[in-house]
Amino acid sequence: MATEQQKQKQKQYEQYVKEITPTHSLPLNMAKAFFTGGLICVLGQFILNFAGSQGADKEMAGSWCSLILILLSVILTGLNIYPKIGKFGGAGALVPITGFANSVAASAIEFKAEGQVFGIGCKIFTIAGPVILYGIMSSWLLGLIYYILKVIGVIA
Amino acid sequence: MNLQKTQGAASVSFGKPVYIQSAASIAGKKEGEGPLGSCFDMICEDPLFGTDTWEAAESTMQKEAATLAIGKAGLKPEEIRMVFAGDLLAQSIASSFGIAEMGIPFYGLYGACSTMGESLSLGSMAVAAGYGEHILCATSSHFASAEKEFRYPLGYGCQRPLSATWTVTGSGACVIGSQPPSFPSSGDAIPLRLENSCAAITEITTGKIIDYGFKDSLNMGGCMAPAACDTIYQHLYDFGRSPSDYDAIITGDLGLVGQKILLDLLSEKNIDISSVHQDCGLLIFDNSTQDTHSGGSGCGCAATVLCAYLLPKVIAGEWKRILFVPTGAMLSKVSFNEGDPVSGIAHAIVIEQVTVS
Repeated sequence: MATEQQKQKQKQYEQYVKEITPTHSLPLNMAKAFFTGGLICVLGQFILNFAGSQGADKEMAGSWCSLILILLSVILTGLNIYPKIGKFGGAGALVPITGFANSVAASAIEFKAEGQVFGIGCKIFTIAGPVILYGIMSSWLLGLIYYILKVIGVIA
Repeated sequence: MNLQKTQGAASVSFGKPVYIQSAASIAGKKEGEGPLGSCFDMICEDPLFGTDTWEAAESTMQKEAATLAIGKAGLKPEEIRMVFAGDLLAQSIASSFGIAEMGIPFYGLYGACSTMGESLSLGSMAVAAGYGEHILCATSSHFASAEKEFRYPLGYGCQRPLSATWTVTGSGACVIGSQPPSFPSSGDAIPLRLENSCAAITEITTGKIIDYGFKDSLNMGGCMAPAACDTIYQHLYDFGRSPSDYDAIITGDLGLVGQKILLDLLSEKNIDISSVHQDCGLLIFDNSTQDTHSGGSGCGCAATVLCAYLLPKVIAGEWKRILFVPTGAMLSKVSFNEGDPVSGIAHAIVIEQVTVS
């Protein structure tokens, strides 16, 4: 009974703190994310089209696009500019491939002082690690579903 | 014969004042650009303090502050009986590496951002008990090393919530002792003395760890305000006083959010401190122009504001008696990831203006 009361009290406090804590404006944040993410995607599309016009096929153009965006993000992280873009754009800067590159580069820079093996080696995927693990796992799962559907003849 | 000096359930009244013989503060560039910029003894433009890592930078900063405080008191390191020091890093490495080179007997502390309160409490008890003529109390925090310890790599682009506080890059150190500081001699040694006026610790109240089950580590104010409330309430109760007995009640780093909660929680207990309350986290930064969201935080926040801003006001007689309440949030990355709540702690120190003849 006492713990139930305690839980109730904790909930009340949490609710109260939530009420008085200021938060970022959601519509404004969404607009900024749309703008930032959109801009990165436009840049990607530009690279894609340009590579295509230079005679690269669709796959090759896609590779060039990813490579250049990653390179740009890593350079901007090193110059301490990407954190500012991330602060402004939120998820708009986080979700594209540039956000992923930023999280890897930032960890590499931060943990360099702890050495090549235990610093960079162990900690480079501190932030990106979950994305890699669960990304591969979900693609494996989708592959399995695809295979089963194929075996039972749903997909030709 | 031992004279019992305890008061109430959690407090100590020293009877004889424990003098603050000198105080020194070192702050980073951002803190130097804040409202208290002109008050610090030294502002270091280089965030690495001439070293290669953030941890070494913090150690160097703490060592410099300690050296400065010892020098200001007109002492040599070997005249310091012992040091109570702590910081935010795991296993308190900034303090142990920083103080190591000075060859002073060392007690390492961890009280999160309340560490200055913890070190002054223990230090003044040791002085009052006659265990040391000069005792050094020092703490530090560094924005970059704290981000690395508790949050993300600096280069990672993410948004901080408005409830988040900004860890102060700074270190504060005090030398305390049973004798009042001597008159300023020639040169740049300026002890904490103005004519016959000194600052002294007269009473302390030790805080309990208060857990309201709150889990948002990016809302430190919400985690620590209940602890500040408990300690202030306990202090007033132990001494049978009211907030008007103090010229100022200054919490460590509650920030805007925590300040609001503290005032609300105390008013539930029919205590109104709104007219005397200040917060070091709100004093050190200008939230509106410095993008610090809820305010400053970290061990260095309370420590530098105490040394650079509060103590001079006490010595000048502007404030006769203040209650200094550094607040800390007790968590680690592991406890947070394992879903444990973030509890708070706060220690109260009474600092009074004392006239010596």
